Amino acid sequence: MIRVSVTVLVLLALWQGVILASGLPPFLLPSPGAVARALWTHQGVLAVAFLKTLTETLAGFALGAVIGIGLALQMAASARLRRWFGPVVVVSQTIPIFALAPILTLWLGYGMAPKLAVVALVTFFPVASAFHDGLTRVPQARLDLARVMGAGRWAMLIRIRMPSALPDLATGLRLAAVLAPVGAVIGEWVGGSEGLGAVMLHANGRMRIDLVFASLALVVVLSLGFQRLVAGQLAARLERYAG
Amino acid sequence: MRLSGEAWIGPERLFPPLRLALAAGEWLVLLGPSGVGKTTLLRLIGGLPVAAEFRGQITGHMPVALMAQDPGLMPWATVAANITLGATLRRETPDRARLASVLDQTGLAPHAAKRPAELSGGQRQRVALARVLMEDRPLVLLDEPFSALDIGLRLRMQDLAASLLRGRTVMMISHDPVEAARLADRILLMTPAGLEEITAPAGKAPRASDAPEVQGAAAALTRQLVALA
Repeated sequence: MIRVSVTVLVLLALWQGVILASGLPPFLLPSPGAVARALWTHQGVLAVAFLKTLTETLAGFALGAVIGIGLALQMAASARLRRWFGPVVVVSQTIPIFALAPILTLWLGYGMAPKLAVVALVTFFPVASAFHDGLTRVPQARLDLARVMGAGRWAMLIRIRMPSALPDLATGLRLAAVLAPVGAVIGEWVGGSEGLGAVMLHANGRMRIDLVFASLALVVVLSLGFQRLVAGQLAARLERYAG
Repeated sequence: MRLSGEAWIGPERLFPPLRLALAAGEWLVLLGPSGVGKTTLLRLIGGLPVAAEFRGQITGHMPVALMAQDPGLMPWATVAANITLGATLRRETPDRARLASVLDQTGLAPHAAKRPAELSGGQRQRVALARVLMEDRPLVLLDEPFSALDIGLRLRMQDLAASLLRGRTVMMISHDPVEAARLADRILLMTPAGLEEITAPAGKAPRASDAPEVQGAAAALTRQLVALA
């Protein structure tokens, strides 16, 4: 905590120092004080936007995680499915999300749905890929034992491979947690009137750079909080269970 | 249980044509240099996948229980759940009375609710042995189960395994001539030329590690293994 406070204070001092040294006008680079004032004056709008983005992040992450877990299990259970689905999954990740987001808005409207889709799209892949890796790299000793004990394919998957792969799933969830808030903000930026991304977009258009920075600060808080409190706890719990 | 055949890895022969028959109730120890195909032979008998291509036939397949150097415990499960893993995997109800007696025999009763991470190396091997007992299979395959243990612990585990697995057919791979001389009813030396039968010391297993006949047999085995190395 002390380390974090010191780092933040040093960064803020540097920021203020750059402004003092360069003489950049506030509409290009607002001072930390100006950003703090913007946070205070727009607290109502920002709080609503924060909750909106947080909701999208949570729901989209949950959706992406469920899809990723399901996909990994499917692909681990069936080699044929893996051959068919594997390339599709990889191709889905080659499309730039910024290009896809407007299309999703076009299809799914301006509400919550396209944002969830964007978040799910960026989160499902790390989850599916890490969990699938874990499912296919179970220590041979465990597989041998289960086999001589007469385990069927299903029992092998549920009782041996799945718990063996939980640490890998935790890794995938941690990665996805970093991407989820970014996905939510992109979704809002491209097609939305609510959330921190939309606030940023509007403030940017009106040259209210202090409000842009205030929203950015909240995105950082949201990202860190989500990673630490939600995804981090979930991942740690999975790792504790897996032993 | 009979196996006859040869094994190839690509164009290279892993082991030449050989015959192996396991007599009911005997404790067979298989010794030999690394890379000669001992584990492949054991896996073939256990019906486990092997990297080599086997050309030959195996008749009289029996259900087996397996214990290897890696105890293969499931880290998320308690000691008791690890011991009854077979029943869980087969969707059977574990026999609680049998579990209690197995825990008792292996001295694991106080540790039944612990997870493997809380156990010592010797205790983990005892869980693996308890699991073998719980499975109650006619053929027991042991792949260097005690080679990672220190000498004192190894001797104690040999005594425990010998007393608890008595009457079952056991095939054990070992790198330890003393272990072979203590436990075996029959010793086979596996070399690139095939299997060579070695007379085991007289007397009932487990034999004392310092008994002259055990020492003598171990010394003779050591000489043969050194000559092959």
